[in-house]
Amino acid sequence: MDIDFILEISSLYLEAGKFTLKLAFIGIILSLLIGIFCSLVNYYKVKFLKKIVNWYIELSRNTPLLIQLFFLYYGLPKVGIKLGAFTCAVIGLAFLGGSYMAEAFRGGLEAVSKAQIEAGLSLGLTKAQVTRYIIFPQALAVSIPSIGANAIFIIKETSIVSAISLKDLMFVTKDIIGIYYKTNEALLMLVVAYLIILLPLSLLLTYVERRLRYAGFGN
Amino acid sequence: MALLEVIGLNKYFDGFHVLKDISFSVEKGEVVVILGPSGSGKSTLLRCINGLEEIQSGQIKLNGEVINEDSTKWHLIRQKIGMVFQSYDLFPHMTVYENILLGPLKAQKRDKKEVARQAEELLDRVGLLDRKNFYPRQLSGGQRQRVAIVRALCMNPEIMLFDEVTASLDPEMVREVLDVMLELAKEGMTMIIVTHEMEFAKAVADRIIFIDGGEITEVAEAQEFFTQPKTERAKNFLNIFNFKEYKKGVDNNEKI
Repeated sequence: MDIDFILEISSLYLEAGKFTLKLAFIGIILSLLIGIFCSLVNYYKVKFLKKIVNWYIELSRNTPLLIQLFFLYYGLPKVGIKLGAFTCAVIGLAFLGGSYMAEAFRGGLEAVSKAQIEAGLSLGLTKAQVTRYIIFPQALAVSIPSIGANAIFIIKETSIVSAISLKDLMFVTKDIIGIYYKTNEALLMLVVAYLIILLPLSLLLTYVERRLRYAGFGN
Repeated sequence: MALLEVIGLNKYFDGFHVLKDISFSVEKGEVVVILGPSGSGKSTLLRCINGLEEIQSGQIKLNGEVINEDSTKWHLIRQKIGMVFQSYDLFPHMTVYENILLGPLKAQKRDKKEVARQAEELLDRVGLLDRKNFYPRQLSGGQRQRVAIVRALCMNPEIMLFDEVTASLDPEMVREVLDVMLELAKEGMTMIIVTHEMEFAKAVADRIIFIDGGEITEVAEAQEFFTQPKTERAKNFLNIFNFKEYKKGVDNNEKI
């Protein structure tokens, strides 16, 4: 193991780590928005939209991200739509993550009891107000563990974007192996970099989950 | 003119006729108690009055105005009809204070200072002002139900509906909730109460409506209903609460 070499390449990993985080962050935020939208469409059984949403969820959950990215990056230009690699990566992650987030929210929405909704309605609140002040906060609290798990999943999935030439952690690693043949050092740094990003998040999630359990929603 | 009027109300659940041609009216300041066996449709009737259940035919009038024809206006009507449920149904993610303020601030768009003052006054009256910043899970059943009553009252409703509000409380907590309701009745609040507490019904009711099998079978002044029920079904119902014949030391052959 060549420690000097590791120190030398660490700045490359720092850059790539920042890129991975940026991509993941945008991907997670968009996934959440798509997920909330889709789950509400399903929850309120919005005609027509519901069908589209369900098709989307099935399509997104049952195709690999790599294929989705290739389709966006290599397929779309063939029909005249040219998108940058970063845009493709963001769209791909949001497309994949959105359906997983939708499923996470669905569980939360279903956990809100009918009695809670009726209590809100009987106070003269409109349906939209009941959704905003009563259903949504309660559903969110219930969904947080699965939302967190999905966020971690999306961060890990970013490693695929190296396939469309984006300089994330995986890309840098493959580069270093290709140029210097220092496979062990490069892979070690890769694992460490992902752990530095993901471990704190996992621990935070465990803590939040425990707090929520003690908060005893519903009962 | 009656404050609330129900005319020829019919309600079906999947073809099952739950409420049959219900008609009655409630005057301003009157306390009406609805009695009847389980499953007779008492709770459903209350839920129809504030639009939580759709009705298939009939009219509901509040202050002479038909309220059940335009389903988009229910949220406005419900601001005038307070409802308290058996299972309290406080919002678990909000403090007592936030629970009470939600309706007046968001539905009625009232001034926060004014509502806050009223909320504190009401909480003080039910003896829970010091629990203002507690979450529902930190309160006992009786306390939760008193908060639920305050939450409904803070909307300044014209009429209050109580749906078996003491049915899931421990006996020693029933009293504290019933006291609040008796106090309200004394102050002239118009109320429709569904309950199984017979003694309470006797004390609070101006009029009793007896429902059996989805039909109103008897309407009477409270005093009259408990002493001389007219129908056989009401008589049987009242006798369920009579334990005299099972008293220890009484010969079962000499039934009273």
